[in-house]
Amino acid sequence: MTEPILTLANVEAAYGAVKAIRGVSLSVPKGAIVTVLGANGAGKSTILKTISGILDPQKGSITFKGENIERRDPADIVRRGLSHAPEGREVFPLLSVRNNLLMGAYTRSDKDEVARDIERMERYFPILKERADQDAGLLSGGQQQMLSISRALMSRPDLLLLDEPSLGLSPKLTKEIFAIVRRINREEGVTILLVEQNAALALATADYGYILELGRIVMEDRAAVLAEKDDVKEFYLGQKEAGVRGERRWKKKKMWR
Amino acid sequence: MQFVQLVISGLAQGCIYGLIALGFVLIYKATETVNFAQGELLMIGGFAGLFAATTLGFPYWAVILVAMAVTAVIGFLNERIILRPILGQSAVAIVMVTIGFGYMARGLVTMIPVIGTDTHSLPVPFRGEVFRFAGLVISAEHIVIITVTILLCGALAALFRYTKIGIAMQAMSQNQLAAYYMGIPVKRLSSLIWAISAAVAAIAGILLAPLTFIHANMGFIGIKAFPAAVIGGFTSLPGAIVGGLIIGVVESLAGFYLMEGFKDAAPFMVVLAMLVLKPNGLFGERLAKKV
Repeated sequence: MTEPILTLANVEAAYGAVKAIRGVSLSVPKGAIVTVLGANGAGKSTILKTISGILDPQKGSITFKGENIERRDPADIVRRGLSHAPEGREVFPLLSVRNNLLMGAYTRSDKDEVARDIERMERYFPILKERADQDAGLLSGGQQQMLSISRALMSRPDLLLLDEPSLGLSPKLTKEIFAIVRRINREEGVTILLVEQNAALALATADYGYILELGRIVMEDRAAVLAEKDDVKEFYLGQKEAGVRGERRWKKKKMWR
Repeated sequence: MQFVQLVISGLAQGCIYGLIALGFVLIYKATETVNFAQGELLMIGGFAGLFAATTLGFPYWAVILVAMAVTAVIGFLNERIILRPILGQSAVAIVMVTIGFGYMARGLVTMIPVIGTDTHSLPVPFRGEVFRFAGLVISAEHIVIITVTILLCGALAALFRYTKIGIAMQAMSQNQLAAYYMGIPVKRLSSLIWAISAAVAAIAGILLAPLTFIHANMGFIGIKAFPAAVIGGFTSLPGAIVGGLIIGVVESLAGFYLMEGFKDAAPFMVVLAMLVLKPNGLFGERLAKKV
């Protein structure tokens, strides 16, 4: 594995009194796609919010490109080359598609390069060019997701945090978006930390995976290996195995073997 | 002819209401709070202008700039020192703080020895001049008010539509969380918006000075500008100006054609009618998030 671009060591974060993540350690190698899988409320989004500085961690350290970034201003973290495409798209509904993209490049001042990057994004997602002058709020859910990803890429990040890109999208559209995410990773050399509920697709896309339960990492391995583990198969990929007497595994305790 | 005359003077007065309402809307959109001290910022702008004109002997255009600069700084500091620490508290708490600021500002101004509770007139180059045009008599003051308002609205529209910082201000009012994700300096832009709306109030104060003179209580005009913002929908900048014009004209006509006392009540009757018929105002934005 190459050297990590991002490392979390024992990070704890909470919403008020409710602890959302309890000592998470993970590392993201440069150029890779790393995924964090977990059920609703496991703390996946909280990890991303803590990394991008929206939430301050109570304990632990976050290292990005060799420097500590915990408790820093979100704007400062974007400027260091870390960008976040949040859960639920969060586009600016009354700004045009093009202005949304422009806002993604807020921290940059090289106008010509920004214009060229907008064109590049429009090549990845041609619909954004067609709808360039429309309000982003008028786009469909899938188009908003494409906009959200492109907007996050407009800051020319080294690391992209991608939160639930499949949320509310049709399986076909989800596949399309994941294919482009892979392309962006390969062609632009952007490292990606992906949080996803669709475990099958995430494991097929990622190089490495972590499994998060109730705020703790319970398992980590290469994505291909994870996809073959019995517990992962049963709890995340929905493949059941029947015992000799038809006894279902749900009667047993999760072991995380 | 008299009707047209009344409409014109109503429009001029309405521009003032519109400018104050613009301040309400700017701050509301950016920070979701209502700054009830908007009228007091107008008053401070008036006095700053008065000081520049009489004590320093500045020309009219410089008086406007001084008034804008002084109130912009006060607005900026107001956000920074008084409001930011209580951000996240209930809306009522924040509104009370702005009302308190207004009272303090009024009190402090009356405590200044020479100014005190007196009424002052701002020397303007076009004092008392009138233009006669097709049987109408239009005072220069009204023409200046309308012209400056148009120019100011054009400048603000250009700022919000074409500059990166203006688009970012729109963005943060539409989705503050996403603005943080983009690295937009939300807090700094909030302070800047307070400064802009305070400067707009100062311009309104300078424009209003020839009509009502400058005194510690001139800020109460803010109470009449509030209906203007409501009529416009409270989230629309053009709406604030249109709301202001409606209030101004209604007031002007009511003052002439209706019984004594209707003049001051008329704006609020318009608001009541508006809230019943079109609760979101003329230009109110309604957003439904797509899932």
